[in-house]
Amino acid sequence: MNQTFIVSPSPHVHSGNSIPNCMYNVLIALIPAFLVSLYFFGVGALVVTLTSVVACVLFEYLIQKFLLKVKPTVSDGSAILTGVLLAFNVPSNLPIWIILIGALVAIGIGKMSFGGIGNNIFNPALVGRVFLLISFPVQMTTWPKPDALTTHYLDAETAATPLGLLKQGLPIEATTTDMLLGNVGGSLGEIGAIALLIGLAYMLIKKIITWHIPVSILATAFIFSWLTNGFDATDALQQLLLGGMLLGAIFMATDYVTSPMTHKGMIIYGICIGLLTIIIRRWGAYPEGMSFAILIMNAVTPLINKYVKPKRFGEVKK
Amino acid sequence: MLKTFRIGGVHPPENKLSAGQAIINAELPKQAVVMLSQHIGAPAQAVVAKGDKVKVGTLLAQAGGFVSANIHSPVSGTVAKIDTAVDAAGYQRPAIIIDVEGDEWEESIDRSETFVKECKLDAKAIIDRTKECGIVGLGGATFPTHVKLLPPPGMTATILIINAVECEPYLTSDHQLMMEKGEEILVGVEILRKAINVDRAVIGIENNKPDAIKHMKELAADYPAIEICPLKVKYPQGGEKQLIDAVIRRQVPSGGLPIATGAVVQNVGTAFAVYEAVQKNKPLVERIVTVTGKSLAKPSNLRVRIGTPISQLIDMCGGLPLDTEKVISGGPMMGKAVVSTDMATTKGCSGVLLIRDLESRREEMQPCIRCAKCVSACPMGLAPNVLAKAATYQNWECAEEEHVMDCIECGSCSFTCPAHRPLLDFIRQGKAKVGAIIRSRNAK
Amino acid sequence: MSLVWIATLSLGGIGAISAIILYFVAQKFKVYEDPRNGQVEAVLPGANCGGCGYPGCGGFAAACVKADSLDGMLCPVGGAPVMAKIAAILGKEAGEVTPKVAVVRCNGTCANRKKTSHYDGAKTCAIEASLYSGETGCSYGCLGNGDCENACAFGAIRINPETRLPEVDEALCTACGACVKACPKGIIELRNKGPKSRRMYVSCVNKDKGAVARKACSAACIGCGKCAKECPFDAITVANNVAYIDYQKCRLCRKCEAVCPTGAIHAVNFPPRKPAEPKVDAAEVKPIMPQAEAPQTPAENA
Repeated sequence: MNQTFIVSPSPHVHSGNSIPNCMYNVLIALIPAFLVSLYFFGVGALVVTLTSVVACVLFEYLIQKFLLKVKPTVSDGSAILTGVLLAFNVPSNLPIWIILIGALVAIGIGKMSFGGIGNNIFNPALVGRVFLLISFPVQMTTWPKPDALTTHYLDAETAATPLGLLKQGLPIEATTTDMLLGNVGGSLGEIGAIALLIGLAYMLIKKIITWHIPVSILATAFIFSWLTNGFDATDALQQLLLGGMLLGAIFMATDYVTSPMTHKGMIIYGICIGLLTIIIRRWGAYPEGMSFAILIMNAVTPLINKYVKPKRFGEVKK
Repeated sequence: MLKTFRIGGVHPPENKLSAGQAIINAELPKQAVVMLSQHIGAPAQAVVAKGDKVKVGTLLAQAGGFVSANIHSPVSGTVAKIDTAVDAAGYQRPAIIIDVEGDEWEESIDRSETFVKECKLDAKAIIDRTKECGIVGLGGATFPTHVKLLPPPGMTATILIINAVECEPYLTSDHQLMMEKGEEILVGVEILRKAINVDRAVIGIENNKPDAIKHMKELAADYPAIEICPLKVKYPQGGEKQLIDAVIRRQVPSGGLPIATGAVVQNVGTAFAVYEAVQKNKPLVERIVTVTGKSLAKPSNLRVRIGTPISQLIDMCGGLPLDTEKVISGGPMMGKAVVSTDMATTKGCSGVLLIRDLESRREEMQPCIRCAKCVSACPMGLAPNVLAKAATYQNWECAEEEHVMDCIECGSCSFTCPAHRPLLDFIRQGKAKVGAIIRSRNAK
Repeated sequence: MSLVWIATLSLGGIGAISAIILYFVAQKFKVYEDPRNGQVEAVLPGANCGGCGYPGCGGFAAACVKADSLDGMLCPVGGAPVMAKIAAILGKEAGEVTPKVAVVRCNGTCANRKKTSHYDGAKTCAIEASLYSGETGCSYGCLGNGDCENACAFGAIRINPETRLPEVDEALCTACGACVKACPKGIIELRNKGPKSRRMYVSCVNKDKGAVARKACSAACIGCGKCAKECPFDAITVANNVAYIDYQKCRLCRKCEAVCPTGAIHAVNFPPRKPAEPKVDAAEVKPIMPQAEAPQTPAENA
């Protein structure tokens, strides 16, 4: 018997989980929300999402191949995910050239400049989104009115979002049912609370994420807005259903790379995001504060990781 | 709600292919290679010389220190030479090589099948007998049993926990042993209980062996001090610290000994070996080995004499399948891949696992995406990603601060990592380095 | 206007008070440092490789200043010229400098050693060595994962992709010893560079018995002792089944190389052997080590 065997240190089996597996599962979880926005924003949603995905993948490929000169890793699905999330965070009537800039910033500055997947400090899609929001405030805050299966893209009818109306102290027309289904104005992917919650349920069942971040964000946001607005539960609920709260809490804040590693840390992170979002919404200049809150907490994540350690087995108190 | 340990854990596919296969005696080898270091601690010192006639049970080598174990001849025949043989890792290690002639046993050994329930020896005599008979922990760690039965001064045992968890995928030897030798195991447990003078013993069995739980519960009805504790299936429940936590909800303090919780843990196979040593005066010359693999024709549970080459065991189970790329001594999570099937069986070899080509190679390592799956999986509550990084950058201070020495090398982190990072490889190296640093610091 | 005055005075006051405090603190905690430390450090190469045995170039400079004589002090990177400069600064005598070079004592090329297993773990020698003996039957030989290459700050040692053995670039090697420490198998040794960079060594550290070693690697030292018998200078010792040439005693006669049955003894940088080998007389061969022959001038040695 002269066969040469493979030797390697234990363990000799693997769970079979992989980075692409995680990424594609998140993409699957995003499908319901995408269908909702396809219905309400029509062709615009399709054009924006496709452009964003193609641009992110292409930029990642080009940067890895020609600038960093490493083996391109676009097949791991992370660039696709960044593309989808970027698209979900912009209005569906955004011109293509702005999306391209957003994708370049998201991939180039948000991800590749830190060394690619796993090394970025900030959520790339949010980096792109916030860059666009500050650079093109007009285009980024001109929201199309939801219009079932419309074929209008750039020329879509626009209207203020409920969150904007709330900010100005104006009454909002949309009912809670509209908010749950997605019949409200807003960024492409943030409408449709039920669809986003289906995505959350899928990811929890598939054990892609744990409950700690979404639940702590939403609970904090609810309680804090209830406390700061004369104990108005309806308003507090609207704060959860409107704007990027659900999209952010479920898909953006839970990004593996930029969120803390321990459950305790995740809860601290979630509570801070919830607080910051409501603070910005109530007292800040912008009607929406989710992306800023997440980016700020992304920056704090290394600190949380340093000081919040997992509970050790048989810890000896000193 | 079934009991289990409280931190981390993973669920590798069980693949208990050889479950329910009756234990069969493996053929005697033509030549037995008895390694002199089959246990944790100092190697044993040979007491026979070339040309000596030995019988089964003849003392071949004397324990080389307190933490060491006697080694007895597993076969009868002539000592061919005292030389070196290749161990699982590929190193040449001292070994006694015996040409087998017949199967003659020492007269002092009771080979009858009679079941002896009554134990007349006192605690000291029991411990001496386990020491004489070279009993070591048969779960895989091969820690000399007599050392575990003598708690350090100032510490007293309050409970005996028997590890019948068999949390490693594929392995079924303990399961089958319980099904066939349940009575003997319970007597072995009673003997161990007497040796450490405690009035309670718990046998922890994972819930994936309902037949064994039922069987042992029925038998244990006659033994009021023995309790059968079904446990929720989760790896690494068979880890000593995890098992103590699961059964009595106490955690071994970091850096401390398991006895600090009052628990002494022994493997169920060890309990059987203790029964044979004390009641039948039989030294540890054979053990149950699960020979298994997805392509293997007949996955089996074999009773194997120590020193039998594993190639012979594989031949008994239908021969080495052509697609075998990796041969593991032990289970897939903590077992050791061997360099050659010529390697001899040792006291710690709980299984021989053949891995097919498709599953044998590791996938390419990708960058860490900080998903924290390893942190959630770690049963010791460590941060494997941080430890692995510290070891990669040779930052031993950081590794020590992050408690690298607490790692039990269960492999849950590497198992679960979606980026296929060999976390445990690096952590193990960190552990070795930090251990050396701590030792040299304490020596000063 | 008074506002400006208030601001100027208060800021100026804070500045003045801080300056006074800082002055006294600086006086109180002043640490005397020999100014020569800085001068010595300036002439050192600044590689901070630790090859001198001190923590970085600063540590070495401080040690040089402190030491009574420079005997035994050597910056392996800078070598004799740097030591001469240091001696000039400190007004001390420079110690004897013997340039050394890293030598890889393993013959186990892919051709010489048959692979018996395939290692699939993390690709570092340290991890592989802690668990396995290596991919071949030889448990002493090079693992080929390149820990030495990674440890070298000068790019002087590289794994040859064909032989899977490290090769040392003499021109770049500074004998800092980083690779020696990095090699878990202890294969690499710092040896005297030798006159004209000529040197001889046993390129094997296998302690297994001859037959076992030979089976694992066709170019292994089998500890037969022929070289030791042949050596006219008692430079070769055989212990634990492996021969070792003491480079302090060896006079490069190359007799051992000729008798080695496996070719485990290597002689480097010698001119190709002529068909009729001139008879080497022991008495005529000059020793490498004597004081007079500083190895910087190997030309005189020819």
